[in-house]
Amino acid sequence: MNLENTAKPKIVAKDLNFYYGNDRALKDINLSISEKMVTAFIGPSGCGKSTLLRTFNRMYQLYPKQKATGQILLDGENILDKSRDLNMLRAKIGMVFQKPTPFPMSIYDNIAFGVKLYENLSKNDMDERVEWALRKAALWTEARDKLKHSGTSLSGGQQQRLCIARAIAVKPQVLLLDEPTSALDPISTAHIEKLIDELKEDFTIVIVTHNMQQAARVSDFTAYMYLGDLIEFGDTSTVFTNPKRKETEDYITGRFG
Amino acid sequence: MNNSLYNRRRLINAAGLVVSVLAMGFGLFWLCWILWTLLVNGLPALTPAVFSQMTPPPGSSGGLLNAIAGSLAMTLIGTLIGTPIGILAGTFLAEFGQRGWLAPLTRFINDVLLSAPSIVIGMFIYEIYVLKIGHFAGWGGALALALLVIPIVIRTTENMLRLVPVTLREAASALGAPQWKIINFITLRAARAGIITGVMLAIARISGETAPLLFTALNNQFWSSNMNQPMANLPVVIFQFAMSPYDDWQRLAWAGALLITFSVLTLNIMARVLFRQKVASH
Repeated sequence: MNLENTAKPKIVAKDLNFYYGNDRALKDINLSISEKMVTAFIGPSGCGKSTLLRTFNRMYQLYPKQKATGQILLDGENILDKSRDLNMLRAKIGMVFQKPTPFPMSIYDNIAFGVKLYENLSKNDMDERVEWALRKAALWTEARDKLKHSGTSLSGGQQQRLCIARAIAVKPQVLLLDEPTSALDPISTAHIEKLIDELKEDFTIVIVTHNMQQAARVSDFTAYMYLGDLIEFGDTSTVFTNPKRKETEDYITGRFG
Repeated sequence: MNNSLYNRRRLINAAGLVVSVLAMGFGLFWLCWILWTLLVNGLPALTPAVFSQMTPPPGSSGGLLNAIAGSLAMTLIGTLIGTPIGILAGTFLAEFGQRGWLAPLTRFINDVLLSAPSIVIGMFIYEIYVLKIGHFAGWGGALALALLVIPIVIRTTENMLRLVPVTLREAASALGAPQWKIINFITLRAARAGIITGVMLAIARISGETAPLLFTALNNQFWSSNMNQPMANLPVVIFQFAMSPYDDWQRLAWAGALLITFSVLTLNIMARVLFRQKVASH
């Protein structure tokens, strides 16, 4: 089965280069992220997979010394174009980070915070949206009775699902997950992986992971990166069972990395 | 395994521990002695009259009511003026102070202000305010105290905001929140306990200051709620009464000293408890 030809591209990177000051961290990246599929970026530490992910919502713009050149097309429009409104871009592209980052407010407000940035909902509609997001993130049954409790009172795995709920409450089109389970225990990890599988019905998902088994389990496409180069990109089963490049095979079989 | 090396290490460890404990004991000894002296001399003097009567003329008995009220008023107003300025400036330094020349300069001047002797602050207000209006006044005292509060609050606000993990900022930013919302609703809120602790320590610091008040509010033997007039306050009353030859005055000075010390101690303990709760909840 060749998925690459059947799925519509959601994000396309063209000749993408990225610089931390003078260090070139991404080298002429060209790849296409398919709509409503899960794409995983794998590779050893420092290979640029998180850097690549963070160009998709221009996260790097918080830091004056970082810059990206080339093009990233979201539905055909170049998001690196400075005239594009950054906040509207981030409304379409949500992100979840490695460490859970609950805001210092109640569980309810954690989710309402992002929604309020873009929509003026009545109390009832907001209640429904919060419930919808928590259900989607498989946190509703655990959190329904403590919506007024602080987000920081949840366990690590629950906090991470709260962050996912917070990201999807805004109803983005794309979800960027930056090593979302690397700080979690195996049970919480299993929760989140199951969740990723369900979320791809509605969202295009890009996940950075250190864990190759995880990439194999959750993703439809896999990109292997090394030292800022995209070494190999293809559907996950091919990359893992029949890689075209020797480097990929070495990494996947554990001879390297 | 090399036993002599291990024994040597144990010996050095024990010696270091003994020296540290002795140093701690040395420090605590003086503190306890001070507190003990204060209690012995201050407690008998702490009569109900202290809280209900005005400072007496020489040779007669009275209380400290006007001084307590004056101290509270000037400390409160000084804190109310200094805290917002300090928090705003500290927020600027932490959130916008990564580039340009203004922030490093502000930070440097703030450090100078932080370590400026308080008598200099008193003389400054004397020069720009007291001389201009022609008499000592409570407002001058409050202003001088505000100038002492500002650098402390700036410093703690900046430090506490910098302790907020960068991932929290990124997470809010990734939702598309504008910077003012991130600062107001996320980072300042995350640093709240630390900033309140800083304000409490600033209050503790100014409630014992004598020099800035000597040049500004001076003293007032009578009840005065007029901030435009000279105003009684505990530190200056203690200074004046403790140096006097009158027994009554000296007893009142002890009572005042006890009051200040234990309010400062209470503030410090509250600040610590608050900060510990904050750390524990993370």
